[in-house]
Amino acid sequence: MKRRSKRLLLLGGAGALLVGAVVLVLTAFQENLVFFHTPSEVVAGKAPQGRAFRIGGMVEEHSIRRAEDGLTVHFSITDMAQMIPVTYKGTLPDLFQEGKGAVVQGQLDEKGQFRASEVLAKHDENYMPVEAQYALDSAQMNKAAESVQQ
Amino acid sequence: MRSFDDKKPRGKSLLRFAAPQVFYPLAGTLAPWFAAAAALLALIGLYVGFFVAPTDAQQGEVYRVIFIHVPAAWMSMFIYLLMAFWSAVGLVMNTRLSFMMARALAPTGAMFCFVALWTGALWGKPTWGTYWVWDARLTSQLLLMFLYLGYMALTAAIEDGRRADRAGAIIALVGAVNVPIIYFSVMWWNTLHQGASVSLTQAPTMATTMLAGMLLMAVAAWAYTVAAAFWRVRSFILERERIPTGWVPSLNDRRTVDGMGFLERFLEHGRSCMVRLGQLRRDHFVHCYGTVSGVSPS
Repeated sequence: MKRRSKRLLLLGGAGALLVGAVVLVLTAFQENLVFFHTPSEVVAGKAPQGRAFRIGGMVEEHSIRRAEDGLTVHFSITDMAQMIPVTYKGTLPDLFQEGKGAVVQGQLDEKGQFRASEVLAKHDENYMPVEAQYALDSAQMNKAAESVQQ
Repeated sequence: MRSFDDKKPRGKSLLRFAAPQVFYPLAGTLAPWFAAAAALLALIGLYVGFFVAPTDAQQGEVYRVIFIHVPAAWMSMFIYLLMAFWSAVGLVMNTRLSFMMARALAPTGAMFCFVALWTGALWGKPTWGTYWVWDARLTSQLLLMFLYLGYMALTAAIEDGRRADRAGAIIALVGAVNVPIIYFSVMWWNTLHQGASVSLTQAPTMATTMLAGMLLMAVAAWAYTVAAAFWRVRSFILERERIPTGWVPSLNDRRTVDGMGFLERFLEHGRSCMVRLGQLRRDHFVHCYGTVSGVSPS
């Protein structure tokens, strides 16, 4: 066949092999590529034992409590199925709020509490103007008020 | 020795632009237009992004770096795919210009990658609470930066142009596998970096003005890439075509060797206007007050 078609075939074949190799490597490394575990995975025992790891989820509503020393904070991180209590001593990011995402890094102690060494706020890909957020919140509040009245 | 005219192709096929000596004047004519478009679109895009788009309910004003961060990240990925494409074309079709275009695109792509990484870090500190994490998205984007630098270093280090092209092509093609990894990393793995706000398959999750600003900046970045790559490839053509083919750009080529004919003329015109204006004002002053320095002219 023409030299050009042969080169194209060779290149295509090499490319396919490369993609296959990368796919295999990535699937083999799934365990190591995990940036954080969900609370369900931690409860199920799938999180690494004896070393630091990260838990990602949502900060549970009404769970943030500050200790007497003013610096330590207790909260719970949840994925709507399971919940892990977390203790953290230090400054929290500005975006850290109840009902919003967070990623905590640390270790699980014997009592099942997670001692965090680092807390990061995770925000989603939604960008909403202040007015739209206000309208959304008002609508939700009205809905809640209606359901209470009924 | 065969003269340059022998190579002139007959007929008006678009493929004639695959010849470096034919592409050279075209690139010189088009590049200033793309540069002007890039400047204009960037001005409008930044205005929309910084003044028209509303404040974000969650992040406040700090989210506005998105108008630089996202277009830069998009371009860094797209340019690497372009480099891989032109390298593949060069390997299969055994052309010279496609390799030169791949090498011309690399510095621009590297710049966008650098900008994306740094604006991302500066955005991450006030929002996430950290400048950097080793999650899949950030790590693969950093890998892209190393690939760009490796491509530029390797192609610059090898003396023989053709061998350098082929060595660089390997980096471009192998590294191109990284680009879908970057893009899909937020879907395939748990990452700190959030998912895509804009995708081809779903409705955008941002206000319309925000989206408009981002798209304007993306088009501006693309226009800038075209202009920069065209100007850069002209240097490559001059460098590499002179000795093997004996070709030099003709004086009829309105865009001169440095390729900045239009911009230079524009600036020179402005400068001479300012000089004339200064002279006119001086003459008028002397006409009114009879002197400039306090000593009457006599």
